[in-house]
Amino acid sequence: MARVKFLCDADRCIECNACVTACKNEHEVPWGINRRRVVTINDGKPGERSVSMACMHCTDAPCAAVCPVSCFYTTADGVVLHSKDLCIGCGYCFYACPFGAPQYPKVGNFGSRGKMDKCTYCAGGPEADSTPAEYAKYGANRLAEGKLPICAEMCSTKSLLAGDGAIIAEIYKERVMKRGYGSGMWGWKTAYSDSPTG
Amino acid sequence: MPGSSSILRFANLKFAVFKPLLAALALLFVFAQPAAAQISFKPTAEAVQEDKLLNALKEGDKITGRVSIPDRTAANLIQPAGRDWRDFQRSKLPWIGGISILGMLAVLAIFLMVRGRIRVHQGFSGKTMLRFASFERFTHWLTASCFIILALSGLNVSFGRTLILPLFGPDAFATMSAWAKLAHNYLAFPFMLGLAIMFLIWIKDNIPGKLDWEWLKQGGGLLSDDKHPPAKRFNAGQKGIFWIVIIGGVLMSVSGWFLLFPYLPGNVTALQFWTVIHAVIAMLFIAAMLAHIYIGSIGMEGAFDAMGTGEVDLNWAKEHHAIWVKEQQAKGEAPSDGTARAVPAE
Ligand code: HEM
Ligand code: SF4
Ligand code: SF4
Repeated sequence: MARVKFLCDADRCIECNACVTACKNEHEVPWGINRRRVVTINDGKPGERSVSMACMHCTDAPCAAVCPVSCFYTTADGVVLHSKDLCIGCGYCFYACPFGAPQYPKVGNFGSRGKMDKCTYCAGGPEADSTPAEYAKYGANRLAEGKLPICAEMCSTKSLLAGDGAIIAEIYKERVMKRGYGSGMWGWKTAYSDSPTG
Repeated sequence: MPGSSSILRFANLKFAVFKPLLAALALLFVFAQPAAAQISFKPTAEAVQEDKLLNALKEGDKITGRVSIPDRTAANLIQPAGRDWRDFQRSKLPWIGGISILGMLAVLAIFLMVRGRIRVHQGFSGKTMLRFASFERFTHWLTASCFIILALSGLNVSFGRTLILPLFGPDAFATMSAWAKLAHNYLAFPFMLGLAIMFLIWIKDNIPGKLDWEWLKQGGGLLSDDKHPPAKRFNAGQKGIFWIVIIGGVLMSVSGWFLLFPYLPGNVTALQFWTVIHAVIAMLFIAAMLAHIYIGSIGMEGAFDAMGTGEVDLNWAKEHHAIWVKEQQAKGEAPSDGTARAVPAE
């Protein structure tokens, strides 16, 4: 099976936040949680770039490695998902994640954070595919319907790419060759340990 | 109307004067613009490069930018230190915990086999004296019971998924861990209270002195039953335990406090740091307390009574705390030697 990934071509991102909005709407993500966000580097300076970032679905995911109840699992496509039934809201995955992806519905002390929420690559959770129970906890399961994540599908400049990691990396490299520059595959080194195919 | 035409004429005149000037300006603009752009801005060379930013990062640093949503932490784009923390949790902590806790258990088992229980050399006298008053015992057990639950629930966070999850299955283990987490988070407070009271009531007897040096030089009498270096209320070994508890307890409380209120340190790198401190000190602390529990129970005859009933046998006290017994006898708070019952002769 394909190893799916996200890739943000920052030289194309116009910081329109359509991906952020599409995600919130598709999954009815609760207030205060942004599964995806757009970060602008060198804001207002020459060479400023915006990067759309969510969970990168890492290889050997740090979140999964540190979760004390081991509630993460990786699908055959390489998507990192977790079970909200098992999560105890300890915050460890948030400490480990290099991309700040895990978030909590409550801003509480004493570990009263509630169940962790993060990007699912539009692939739902452990419940049966596309059921109301799955939707309520994790949002839509587009992958089960043969569709790609809504954020990348919505992207008007095709800056945000989703799909087979090898193919989107190839598309990006072709673009860089053609236009002569590229600011890099943001997060890939950190998420996939230098290997673009891992 | 004369007025309006004069205004018109004036405007015309003005335009006539400014026209060449404006044209010149516009020309300048047209020519200068691309030139200026070429000099000051090349998308190729000047765009931020992920590579460069990553390579320039210092340890624990992160690439940050600006976000348009209120959540400031969302502005952190890439923080590679998460992977180091993953490696600490997964590969280093099990070694640190394994060596200190299992190592200590092994040392104690060997000690028990080689040395056996430390006996009261003179035998029990049948006369007792008060060693710990009820409030002291209450404080000790408050702190100790909290410590045991904190240690077990903490170890469950560190190693439960490896050791207990396979036995319980995911659902039962997650339920148990959720309760353990609640216990850990709330029992931290009585623990800190007990720690503070212990510090206040016992500090005066735990200041290191010359006698402690002597005691340590003689190995604390651990190796023989009949030779015990003299000691006041607490010997050097007990003072050591006191300071391990105080310093360890304060480190656990400070680091635990930041984990309990994660919005205080405010950034992930600080939280990673405090969990490392909390976890490493926890392993060492637990190992030290195992030794303390051993010597206070099976390791030494007559020791448990001090914290059990509070009354210790006079002979036990004389062997381990000779000077303290004399002080208490002088104050009339301990029975005098060799009256009521005959002490078995050697
Ligand atoms: C002195 C006795 C204590 C021991 C032996 C202990 C032990 C531990 C251990 C082993 C962990 C897991 C560390 C890891 O694997 O990363 C942990 C986590 C934690 N400890 Fe402690 N701890 C103690 C006291 C405290 C205190 C006094 C506080 C609070 C002020 C505290 C708050 C926490 C928190 C918040 C966590 C994170 C996990 C969770 O939310 O349950 N601990 N502790
Ligand atoms: S980006 Fe964060 S949450 Fe997503 S897989 Fe990696 S470590 Fe886990
Ligand atoms: S917050 Fe939940 S998912 Fe994250 S590490 Fe803790 S238990 Fe696991």
